Amino acid sequence: MDYDAVVIGGGVIGSAIIRYLSLYNMKTLLVEKEEDISSGTTKANSGIVHAGYDPEPGTLKAKLNVKGAKMIKEESGKLHFDYKVNGAMVVSFSPNDDYKIDELFERGIKNGVEDMEIISGDEARRLEPNLSENITKCLYLKSSAIVCPFSLTQALSENAYENGAEFKFNTKVENVEKTEGGYKITTNSGTTITTRAVINAAGVYGDTINNMVSEKKLHITPRRGSYMLFDNETQGMFNSTIFQLPSSKGKGVLVTPTVHGNLMIGPNSVDIPDKDDTSTTAFDLDYISKEALRTSPSIPFRKVITSFSGLRAHEDSGDFIVGEVEDAPGFFNATGIESPGLSSSLSIGEMVARMVADRLGIEKKENPVLERKAAPRPKEMSIDERNELIKSNPSYGRIVCRCEEISEGEIIDAITRPLGARSLDGVKRRVRAGMGRCQGGFCSPKVMELIEKYASIPFDEITKNSKGSNITMEDKVYV
Amino acid sequence: MEKLELTCIGCPLGCQLLVEKEGLDIKVSGNTCLNGVKYAKEEVTAPKRILTQSVRVMEGEEKMCSVKTAAPIPKEKLLEAAHIIKQISVEAPIEIGDIIIHDIADTKVDVIATRRVRKKA
Amino acid sequence: MYDVVIIGGGPAGLSAALGAKKKGCGNILIIERSEKLGGILNQCIHNGFGLHTFKEELTGPEYAFRYIEMVEKEKIPFLLNTTVLSVSPHSVTYINEEEGVKTIDTKAIVLAMGCRERPRGALNIPGDRPAGIFSAGTAQYLTNIEGRMPGKRVVILGSGDIGLIMARRMEIEGAKVLAVVELMPYSSGLKRNIVQCLDDFSIPLLLSHTVTKIEGRKRVERITVSEVDEKRKPIPGTEITFDADTLLLSVGLLPENELSRKAGISMSTVTGGPVVDNNFQTDSDGIFACGNVLHVHDLVDYVSSEAEKAGENAALYALYDRKEEKKVIPISVFGLARYTVPEMIHEDTKEDTTIRFRVSNVKKDGKIVVRINGEEVISKKKRIMAPGEMETIIISKRILDKYDSIESMEVGTED
Repeated sequence: MDYDAVVIGGGVIGSAIIRYLSLYNMKTLLVEKEEDISSGTTKANSGIVHAGYDPEPGTLKAKLNVKGAKMIKEESGKLHFDYKVNGAMVVSFSPNDDYKIDELFERGIKNGVEDMEIISGDEARRLEPNLSENITKCLYLKSSAIVCPFSLTQALSENAYENGAEFKFNTKVENVEKTEGGYKITTNSGTTITTRAVINAAGVYGDTINNMVSEKKLHITPRRGSYMLFDNETQGMFNSTIFQLPSSKGKGVLVTPTVHGNLMIGPNSVDIPDKDDTSTTAFDLDYISKEALRTSPSIPFRKVITSFSGLRAHEDSGDFIVGEVEDAPGFFNATGIESPGLSSSLSIGEMVARMVADRLGIEKKENPVLERKAAPRPKEMSIDERNELIKSNPSYGRIVCRCEEISEGEIIDAITRPLGARSLDGVKRRVRAGMGRCQGGFCSPKVMELIEKYASIPFDEITKNSKGSNITMEDKVYV
Repeated sequence: MEKLELTCIGCPLGCQLLVEKEGLDIKVSGNTCLNGVKYAKEEVTAPKRILTQSVRVMEGEEKMCSVKTAAPIPKEKLLEAAHIIKQISVEAPIEIGDIIIHDIADTKVDVIATRRVRKKA
Repeated sequence: MYDVVIIGGGPAGLSAALGAKKKGCGNILIIERSEKLGGILNQCIHNGFGLHTFKEELTGPEYAFRYIEMVEKEKIPFLLNTTVLSVSPHSVTYINEEEGVKTIDTKAIVLAMGCRERPRGALNIPGDRPAGIFSAGTAQYLTNIEGRMPGKRVVILGSGDIGLIMARRMEIEGAKVLAVVELMPYSSGLKRNIVQCLDDFSIPLLLSHTVTKIEGRKRVERITVSEVDEKRKPIPGTEITFDADTLLLSVGLLPENELSRKAGISMSTVTGGPVVDNNFQTDSDGIFACGNVLHVHDLVDYVSSEAEKAGENAALYALYDRKEEKKVIPISVFGLARYTVPEMIHEDTKEDTTIRFRVSNVKKDGKIVVRINGEEVISKKKRIMAPGEMETIIISKRILDKYDSIESMEVGTED
């Protein structure tokens, strides 16, 4: 057997699983079909660490959410990802609906959510002055938090790497087959990988992978949600995350600051047939705008810097599907992970890792690396610290991305760290170069020069985010 | 008789000019001022343009050096000249005004550098 | 302690430095964030610059070089690869490789950071988010500075001059420009550019159209454009789809005022630039502004002349401790005038004063009118005024001498 365990999928769930697996004495591999981690559902996500008021009590979602949220808070200090407790509000717009706020409060109690309070519309507006006059009642969730999904996933995968886990990108799983004592995975490159255990964290493709080995068929519908992100001039418009009352389709359109201070609105929820269709439509953007305006009439639509869509993996059962598959011993699912999936990522990772270790009879490592050293963030340092850093490495003193004040040194770090960036989006997700108001207009050629130099990728072969998404074109024109 | 419609580029008015050409006899109408007539006559007899482009630089502080034709060249020669310019590369150092190509596309016009590029240290 | 620190080494910054030097300022510093002086002109390799200033047509790099040579001749010091992090009255904090983060003291500051392009986000075009969408300026940089090909089958949204220039540039490099699409019923570009950049290459200009869909998972594959109604909303059924691999956006320029805003300087909501008086001083003591950071100009020549003036005034402020205690009078606009720069004038102004503004709509056979204290002092016929062109009116010393004190000033257009 090549490996003890192979994780399929490099989103936040796959990365969390391999991180916890890497704490055990086993040989592990993560395969990802795209060129980078965080390339699917994880990259277009609300970034909320939900307190846990929403899931039906008794479900896996409820259990894993509350636990996962606590774990994210704990790990933020060790793995060093961008995380902030900012509080959240669920708001009602009509006295007729106010009873639903009480119901959510009750549900929160059952789920074990701490630090909840019911407040009046006026009290809510005192805390968040940009809230609509129409808000009548509010569930205030003080423990709700925001996280940068890229930064969390990067932290998890880097820590796993440091603990010996291996990663293969641009590697799509074509087939998984049961063999004696394990599984044989066939990839797009034609190579096969043998492993004792397989973990399916393939996001919207979780059903495809599951159905390769199990008669207990799954069916995942991509549920598309669109977002708009605003210029960081909007910083401070909202401190907490504002939810409207949930419906059968989910938690509705929220208005939230991101952990980096930009205002963000979205998502809506549309079931679509195509698992790769992350386009936005005029209808969707219009819908989220209107919904967000219900929460706050002062959303500054002229300050939108980008809009995008993400897909949540909705499984027909409606709950997370986590665990060993009955008719496929050694094959584990972590699928159907829609909201609150990000909030539950660490608890899912820990749970799956434990199940796999139990199945394989493998013990924990004695001294795994539990802390991750993050790359320097000069912008967040004191002037003295920053100057010390620049003295030791002058490239931290040369600003490349002027919108987000990102230095050349940070971009080089993003490229040269383990599991480093290979594309413009890869750099953007790691260090935010190109994430600001000019959306890479000024810095992308500079970042491309750095990728060319430090990742040794020829200029014309540098992509936005995946094979085929080349930025410039080879020049053999002129006929 | 040949009829041609042109937009005058003399000023933001952008008069729509009608040019009627019969041999050497050119009649212009639609103009507001005399510049329109002058422009139209040139455009229908011998339209010329300055071509500006970049050429690749070897051993330079810059990857590219911007260039231009030292004088306007016949419009129909633009793409031919552009094609020639695109094929070549030059070695640094380069000063503004340096001749990059003599007599581009048989126009008797030189292509000259419009930028200083120092040699790479 | 510096006399004048100039933020930006493009055409505005260079002229401001020369202006300050001319007034006898000895201790000047230009701070430039890129590796070269000259700013955006370095990538504007087309010609047409400098007709007013030098009476000849120069390319961007040539125009910039003339100023760089003058600055070098005057031995005005400059820092390259240096980004200013913040400004406040009499102090500038910057960062670079050699000095790290450093704060310097100065008597006066001139803001000359230029402008930036409006990105796609501001448009919120629905569809995929593939590679192959560039602002026109980024494509220009890739083509002219990096020597790369941004794409081969191109649709351009926006018919401002940069969009038109890039249409020609792409054709010259061998790409095919399928259409230039303009939301408004008129192009804001110069007529000369429409003829020489589009007509010369038979590129269609679709007025009253906009991009309504971007398709392509990896790289742009299709661009759909639609006609728009009077309210600029797309009309269903008018879609045209192009098999394009590239979309260039040339949808407007915005003064780049992050630093000004952080410094708490009062900004004009119309221009997006700081509010200045006729000395180009902002409402922040000793902080001046000029060039595209103030309002987006149509010709670099005007940037240079305005910036020189700003530099001179910054020098006078620094050298003679010129405090602005006299009252300033806001200049109001009427008719089609959207704004003026300067926005304010000192009540005792007694020198030729240049007022620049833009109009909100195309106007044929109109007049520019200036009133002081309610009296019409200038009425100048204009055969045509258009939003794409900056209007300039000079109020002469002779006129201003007639008034002991300016109590009100109005600038605008009439039929």
